[in-house]
Amino acid sequence: MHEMALAEGILRIIEDQAAARGFERVLRVRLEVGRLAGVEIEALRFSFDAVMNNSVAESAVLEIVDIPGQGWCMDCGTTVEIAALYDACPLCGGYQVHATGGMEMRVLDLEVDTPGVAQADRSRRPG
Amino acid sequence: MIRIEQDILGKNNEYARANRERFQRQGVLALNLVSSPGSGKTSLLTATIGRLQGRVPVSVIEGDQQTSNDAERIRATGAPAVQVNTGKGCHLDAHMVGHAVEHLKLQGRGLLLIENVGNLVCPSAFDLGEAHKVVILSVTEGEDKPLKYPDMFHASDLMILNKIDLLPYVDFDVERCIEYARRINPKLEVLQVSARTGEGLESWVAWLENALSGGSQVGAEDELDAMRRRIAELEAQLDEARRGG
Repeated sequence: MHEMALAEGILRIIEDQAAARGFERVLRVRLEVGRLAGVEIEALRFSFDAVMNNSVAESAVLEIVDIPGQGWCMDCGTTVEIAALYDACPLCGGYQVHATGGMEMRVLDLEVDTPGVAQADRSRRPG
Repeated sequence: MIRIEQDILGKNNEYARANRERFQRQGVLALNLVSSPGSGKTSLLTATIGRLQGRVPVSVIEGDQQTSNDAERIRATGAPAVQVNTGKGCHLDAHMVGHAVEHLKLQGRGLLLIENVGNLVCPSAFDLGEAHKVVILSVTEGEDKPLKYPDMFHASDLMILNKIDLLPYVDFDVERCIEYARRINPKLEVLQVSARTGEGLESWVAWLENALSGGSQVGAEDELDAMRRRIAELEAQLDEARRGG
């Protein structure tokens, strides 16, 4: 979908953190992406590499934690696991399922080099 | 290791929250209109403005990759309109809308119609601060669009089936389309209209007037949080009942 914009959002979070904490290099970025978030993981990886170029996270490894989709079946009155927004309830086969989890798109944590050392050129941004 | 735990779209959501607060403060009902290109969004807007003229002040933000053609069509009706060109971008975001709003003199108890970039995919993820997303689908498209582009139909509160004057000439099964859409979103409201002939437009105007007179202005996110809380309560009650029995 809009993976390039998501990658830019990730870079903004990283740059804000770099400015606040003064690290120069990000070794690993860990994200949490729900299966119902509408994110194409391969496209996100591709966009991530393109957007991180010339940034503190230029050589960072991208790790993505997968979160299963969850819905509330109004007919069964219970929470069920669903793989997609249009999935039927696995218990009753009905479509009265309201998605309640698996829409997450979050940056969980960063593994960085030289933590706590404030300095360096923070104005580098990809055009 | 630095813990972050921030939403990737967090910045957008902050701007959206600010927009939403501003709209609520001013009593403006903001709607985010989404669809594929060519569904008749702009025609629906001009028809809507015509029906509300003299009763409800309407302002419009037009999102397109290029050209100001749509804003010019809106201005021809007398309504103020701002064109936002997203360039290579495939969606409007809350920051763009915040800027666009500064160019509009929003009037209290008015309607702000935000016509998003014609695209059934990306705009679904970007909250603009609207009270409702409204998805417009024309009957010249496939009736299975809700299944093909579920995110958008899931994010919307209302689906408008447009161009129903063409139903005799196309193989579009209205009932099946609505069934597909409600598979994705059981709470989706549906209206059938023709912006060209005016058929069904009274129901759309009535929907707008109801929303303007204090119908739900709760954002999708707040609603989801409220539902999560309600589900947690129900599950707790169910557990208790099971243990008790």
